[in-house]
Amino acid sequence: MTNTLRLRIAPLLLGSGFVLAMGMSAASAEELRIGYIAPVTGIFTQIGKDMVNGFQLYLDEHGGKLGGAEVKFIVEDNQGKPDAAVTKAKKLVLSDKVDMFIGGLLASTGYALAPVSNETKTLYISSISSADDLTQRQLDKYPYFLRTSWSSSLPSQPMGQWACDQGYKKVVTIGADYAFGYEQVGGFQKIFEDCGGKVIQKIWPPLGTKDFGPYIPTIKSDADAIFSLMVGPMALQFPKQLRASGNKKPILGGGTSYDEFVLPFMGDEVIGDVSSLHYSAAINTPANETFVKTYRAKYGKVPSYYSENNYTTAMWIDKAMAKAGGKYPGPEKFIKLMESIKLDAPRGPVELDEMRNPIENVYVKKVTKTKMFGYDKDELWNVVIKTYPKVSQFWTYGKDKFLKQPVYSRDFPPCKYCE
Amino acid sequence: MDQKFKILAVVIGLVVLAYIVPQSGSFVVLLTTRAMAFAILAMSVDLLLGYTGLSSMGQAAYFGVGAYLTAILATKLHFGLGWDFWLVVVFGMLMGAALAAFFGLFAIRASGVYFLMITLALGQCAWGLAYRWNSLTGGDNGINLSGRPNFGLDLENPVTFFYLVFGFFAASMILMYVLTRSPFGRSLAGIRERELRMQILGYNTWLHKYIIFVIAGGFGGLSGVLWAHTNGHVSPETLVLTTSVDSLLMVVLGGAGTLVGACFGAAIVFGLREYLSTLVPWWQYVLGGVYVLTILYLPMGLMGIPARTRQYLAIQRKKGAATNLASKELASEPS
Amino acid sequence: MNLQFWVVQAFNGISYGALLFLVGSGLSLIFGVMRIVNLSHGAYFLWGGYIALSVIWATGSWALSLPVAALGVALIGLSMERVFLRPLGFDPLRQVLLTVGFAFLFQQAALDIWGGDNMDITPAAVLNTSVVIGGIYFPLYRAFMIVMALAIGIVLWLVMEKTRMGAAVRATVDDAQMARGVGIDTNRISMFIFALGAFLAALGGVIGGAFLGIYPGLDFEILPLAFAVVIIGGMGSLGGAAIGALIVGLADNFGKALFPEVSYFTLYAPMALILAIKPTGLFGRD
Repeated sequence: MTNTLRLRIAPLLLGSGFVLAMGMSAASAEELRIGYIAPVTGIFTQIGKDMVNGFQLYLDEHGGKLGGAEVKFIVEDNQGKPDAAVTKAKKLVLSDKVDMFIGGLLASTGYALAPVSNETKTLYISSISSADDLTQRQLDKYPYFLRTSWSSSLPSQPMGQWACDQGYKKVVTIGADYAFGYEQVGGFQKIFEDCGGKVIQKIWPPLGTKDFGPYIPTIKSDADAIFSLMVGPMALQFPKQLRASGNKKPILGGGTSYDEFVLPFMGDEVIGDVSSLHYSAAINTPANETFVKTYRAKYGKVPSYYSENNYTTAMWIDKAMAKAGGKYPGPEKFIKLMESIKLDAPRGPVELDEMRNPIENVYVKKVTKTKMFGYDKDELWNVVIKTYPKVSQFWTYGKDKFLKQPVYSRDFPPCKYCE
Repeated sequence: MDQKFKILAVVIGLVVLAYIVPQSGSFVVLLTTRAMAFAILAMSVDLLLGYTGLSSMGQAAYFGVGAYLTAILATKLHFGLGWDFWLVVVFGMLMGAALAAFFGLFAIRASGVYFLMITLALGQCAWGLAYRWNSLTGGDNGINLSGRPNFGLDLENPVTFFYLVFGFFAASMILMYVLTRSPFGRSLAGIRERELRMQILGYNTWLHKYIIFVIAGGFGGLSGVLWAHTNGHVSPETLVLTTSVDSLLMVVLGGAGTLVGACFGAAIVFGLREYLSTLVPWWQYVLGGVYVLTILYLPMGLMGIPARTRQYLAIQRKKGAATNLASKELASEPS
Repeated sequence: MNLQFWVVQAFNGISYGALLFLVGSGLSLIFGVMRIVNLSHGAYFLWGGYIALSVIWATGSWALSLPVAALGVALIGLSMERVFLRPLGFDPLRQVLLTVGFAFLFQQAALDIWGGDNMDITPAAVLNTSVVIGGIYFPLYRAFMIVMALAIGIVLWLVMEKTRMGAAVRATVDDAQMARGVGIDTNRISMFIFALGAFLAALGGVIGGAFLGIYPGLDFEILPLAFAVVIIGGMGSLGGAAIGALIVGLADNFGKALFPEVSYFTLYAPMALILAIKPTGLFGRD
């Protein structure tokens, strides 16, 4: 029976011993403690790694310092689960005494972490998680929250305008059946219909669908183009199957349909497909060229927005800390500092809007087989064909008008032209 | 005598837990709270598996139903954040039981592997519902609870909340223990051993299995209510298949049919997942390895270690006695 | 919904069913003979795809990747059965949990070896085109899947029905004790069947990999599909697995096409219903 006691107490004592020891390493004067939450194991591992690598690259390029402060960078794994994210965030704040925590991949993680920033009065920076409403109708709930990346509908709204400009009148949308899909499709639909277009059909394959057999034959034949929002494995299979079924309509892609995470594994059938996002690895500026070449040399792959957005987040913090004299001034002041900075990131100029979401360029890009940046092989790149500068989450509507409408969902905007 | 000893040990263990954890730092408090809330689910799985011999791969459905009920009532109806929290607890248990009553009609007819499969399918249906019913459940975004209930006791304080969950945890353990020692509980053991014999003896085994299935669902719902408040967030992840598999694994790891075993299992799995993962990146190998080793070498789980060691020692003793005897005989033989 | 729609959807549904048969047939055999619920089956599928990718990267030959991957995984399956499953004896729960433990280990190992990117298998160029019949496009790769499933189904049937080994297997399925009494080495049979099951799973992974992609998480996604096929068809019955696969493929395809609202339930609701009515599956024996 003493076994029982031993089995129960020993781990507790060990555990508490550990925790006490950790807590005792208090922050020194010029130190900035940053906690980072990403899926480092589980099915999103690669994305998690790309996120961490992006941030780490900037740190390595600057001797592990941001704005003069020595950075203690602690990465915690949440396996893509929101409740594990909450646990790790609390651990980072309570035990590791971080000054801020960054990260979160999925919208659900973003939603789960935002309240933790309130509870613990610690800054939470979302460097990828793009759920629209966090910086729209829900922002007031979270005064310690800001975003350095994007909101889901930010890049798909200009795409709606671009589609009108191309002369497309009728579009069929097919998007993954979850919140991110609704927001991307919704953004596209709203602007496309406001400039005279019509969305005549909306198809929602479940997230993770790889056999589009049931859906492709139902696509209306009088469409001028197809707006597709695909993620991960879906992105690899949809264009192949669409073309194999004989459908040659032009594809307008959402942010993740052709991003650099999936593009290296796609075949030639995607050449000519257009998509829009706030980043492309083929942005032809010196800043981006340097970033892409350095990242690729170090990590062996072309960086995607997952890496660039985190690299930029580190850059942003660097500039803000420099303005603060190398000493972290607390969340409220730091947020004001972040808001005051206009950044020259690899992806172009970025700054925060009044709702703490970025204003940035959106790139309409076309998949092209070419040699970029002096590399000697022909590869698939998202070559930029149009840049929309200074795009905010509200597009051209202005904050008040935009916030009057509900958040983009499966039913909003409604499909007025669907038969 | 043995039984009284065991009960005393568990009581002492609980008291020590309640005393030491709040002093061990906030992360340990957080982890223990999570483990205890989930352990209620694990113990309910033990009722089914260890005591009745029913391996259900879908208990996360009742867990999820309790959690979603809590979240929806809190956010849509602003209900359950004061004294009405206790009503939510009751509702959570009732919903869990009700869903189990419905699913049980399909499932209890089957047994063995088929039972496993049908409960898996039903659990997945529940998950699909949580995912698709956007207007109610928020879909894959999930639901954020704005805060913990406050009825004189401020549950935002992690230690206060720890004691609340501890209370439920201990109460559940006691209730389930009493249940297993009751005549009803004993007949379940009979069903686990030899269902045919029980039927011949006149027991309505279907009804017995159905009732315990419903009861387990009720406890699953309770676990879900506490879980929602522990994390402040509910999403379809709560109901995902691995949650059900985890609960089964915890029971087998700790030792089926002991209730306390399920708690050990929960402690270990949470410890590995959430504690070890902060230390090393290869914790998944440890988790897989622990499962494999336990199943191979500890069929009775961790709780079976004392019994196994006793067995091993007894065998050694017999061997020793035999060799002694043999050597004595050899020695006494005339050369 | 014109004729073209129905033809295309039927073709799609049948080809999806073919893929499911490839995935589920191995599992059906393993359960039928050894009564083992093998939750590592999805991992075998995934590893088949990954090994095929490695072969393609190393040699550039897609055709070579098929046998190499399938045999490689068969070996893994064989060792797992000999070393870990045999000692357990007949204990469904422990088998389930042991194979789950291994599934976790395989998943982590795959991540460490091949990384976490979402990859795709590119088959031989000739299969990457579509044949146009009567104005309808029929992707050749789907036809390939149907042909492979038929071929494997026929070969398996021939082996089971017309060879001595097959007879021994059937005897073991029906009554293992009697089979041993007649002198059949049931241990050898079990080993053979497990290896065969792993072989089929891996083959499914290579063939399916060009259709679904190869990425972390595929193992646990494919697993419920394999089980659905086996359950609906009935465990241990190869014919049942074929019919089960066809039913699931067509139901899933038409369900999603005609009633997209119930996309998440087109798999599990029928499974639950069938089990509720006939717990051993349509053609299963206890």
